[in-house]
Amino acid sequence: MCGMVQIRPEEMTRAMTANPERILLAHGGGGRLTSQLIRERIVPKFKNEALSELADSAHLTLASSDICFTTDSYVVKPLFFRGGDIGKLSVCGTVNDLAVAGSRPVALSLSLIIEEGFEFDLLERILQSVSDTAQRNHVSIVTGDTKTVEHGSADGIFINTAGIGIRLPNVHLGLDKVEVGDKIVLSGTIGDHGMTIVSQREGIGFESPLESDCAGLAELTCSLFESVPGIRFMRDPTRGGLAATLNEIVDGSGRSAQIDERAIPIRPAVQAAADMLGFDVLNAANEGKFVAVVPPEMANECLRVCREHPLGRDAAVIGEIVTTRDVPLVELRTKIGGRRVVQMPYGRELPRIC
Amino acid sequence: MLDRIANAQHAIDDACRTIGRQITIMEVCGTHTVSIFRSGIRSVLPDGLKLLSGPGCPVCVTDQGYIDTVMELADRDDCVIATYGDMIRVPGSDGSLESRASKGNVRVVLSSEDALQLARENADKTVVFVAVGFETTTPATAVVVKEAAAESIGNFCILSGHKLVIPAMRALLGGMNDRIDGFLCPGHVSVIIGSGAFAEIVNDYHRPCVVAGFEPLQIIEGLAEICRQLAAGKAELKSVYKAVVTEKGNTAAQQIIAECFDPVDGYWRGLGKITRSTLALKERYARFDAFRRFGLEDKPGRDNSGCRCGEVLCGLIDPIQCPLFGKRCTPEKPIGPCMVSSEGTCAAWFKYGRRR
Repeated sequence: MCGMVQIRPEEMTRAMTANPERILLAHGGGGRLTSQLIRERIVPKFKNEALSELADSAHLTLASSDICFTTDSYVVKPLFFRGGDIGKLSVCGTVNDLAVAGSRPVALSLSLIIEEGFEFDLLERILQSVSDTAQRNHVSIVTGDTKTVEHGSADGIFINTAGIGIRLPNVHLGLDKVEVGDKIVLSGTIGDHGMTIVSQREGIGFESPLESDCAGLAELTCSLFESVPGIRFMRDPTRGGLAATLNEIVDGSGRSAQIDERAIPIRPAVQAAADMLGFDVLNAANEGKFVAVVPPEMANECLRVCREHPLGRDAAVIGEIVTTRDVPLVELRTKIGGRRVVQMPYGRELPRIC
Repeated sequence: MLDRIANAQHAIDDACRTIGRQITIMEVCGTHTVSIFRSGIRSVLPDGLKLLSGPGCPVCVTDQGYIDTVMELADRDDCVIATYGDMIRVPGSDGSLESRASKGNVRVVLSSEDALQLARENADKTVVFVAVGFETTTPATAVVVKEAAAESIGNFCILSGHKLVIPAMRALLGGMNDRIDGFLCPGHVSVIIGSGAFAEIVNDYHRPCVVAGFEPLQIIEGLAEICRQLAAGKAELKSVYKAVVTEKGNTAAQQIIAECFDPVDGYWRGLGKITRSTLALKERYARFDAFRRFGLEDKPGRDNSGCRCGEVLCGLIDPIQCPLFGKRCTPEKPIGPCMVSSEGTCAAWFKYGRRR
């Protein structure tokens, strides 16, 4: 980016009259305001050597050259929800993508796209949340970027994080390794995040309040990969929920899956919210869960390790991999003993009329 | 629970054997349709029992003419359209509300109250509430009409497409579909109109009517009750949803409907014009009636080319018999409303039943 920024006259007026407690377009212009924002408000939250140099790139010395690398963007609305906020989400999401790939997350980048007029107070809360979550998950924010966009061009704030994780030894994951007879383990209740967001967005209150499951899974997955080396595959069922992840497993492996509805842990309040809005909990997003495919003889050990960790307390074997008869399918054995197909969700669900 | 399900299955099996032909039962509620598919009920029923999904999804039964009228209003610059989410993707003759959303004047609301609030907040526009649904949603519409009148909110009106369930059931039995042996009656609607309202179906057409809730167990026990009656040659009105539904229903809700609306002849998708089946605002609330305010007419529309939603709604065909199903008509690119709504029969078949 070049040094000089053209400031339009109308922005000059706005900058002079604007509330100083809000983000201005000039905060992303690359000049003194940008520098001030980064040095005074952002960097102090994430003290580490790589970041404090404020170089164009972070310089990292890693313990191994065998790494996982991922990126994700976060655009949640509302920005603050019960159980988390966009800052926590942007760390946990990327940490989890690294964790389920069989790595130990070490470093993250943090890019902010902030709408003009966004309150500093809110930015402060979000950055604090990023910082706390990163610390809790033992990752450092080593590089970043800040851009501002005109009022109306973004919904408050968008965040992108990219992350690097060191691959764990003796972990060989892949859908090609999935075998008939393998067990499918789910680390806990489903739908908590998705139904929390929807119900808060729609302003629906429940007696027992919903809470997002937003959490970083690396600690749990690392100890799991250590104790159960034969794990075949792992994925976090985020957007599209459990239904999407199971369909990805059968599509990628060519095998089918049979799931037992009774074994899937769902909180009653989550089920009630879904029933009220006409949503299928299987399609609702999760931000702190994983699905693992494990050899049958290791399923019990997998459950034991999960249940020892607070994030895996409700872990359960929810089904198994079966032979494909015609095309790879996810079939659900329902509570009443019926069967039905679980399809890949087809996008946005709409609340029903009555 | 599994014991009770096994008992119900035996009763259904026995009835099928006694009667010696296929038994056909129709559910007239979108929520029943979804629950039946989601819980895999069809897979535990004997072949001798056929389930039909009737005109129970509010979006699906709404005639194409009404949808096109909504589009016409959405194209006006002086209107804001407030609609329930299900409605937004229903294709009209020329695009859907979703395709008009970029103009910024189409808003999804969760309640009629939200629609009235929009009117309070947008004084320079006329907010038109797309008032569809059966007896379950009508009282909420009536409440806001009365509120708008009390507060003299001049920029609010409703386009009433509210429908009554019983006239549709009568139309089906009056010649449109004589295969129906009995009805699984809608739980939500019954909360309002009372289980007693279905007595006329039992008396006039000699068909068992059983009101059921939405738990899979209640549905399957409701089906078993209908089968038992058929096997015994009886037709009675029963409720297996007594904890929630009373015989008389919610009289306060009935009263407010009667205060605000008159039953008039109206158009239904697939069922055509049905006598006294649609609710229009009473003369005294004429100023809140979008039909009157904009000089519009409740006219029948033409279904999109090749779409057989009408026949699906009457239980005359299964969705897979429609040549568009799963090919040109999918949840991503729906052609008919039954593929749009989460409660639509085609959407349920596609989502839960289709083998890929």
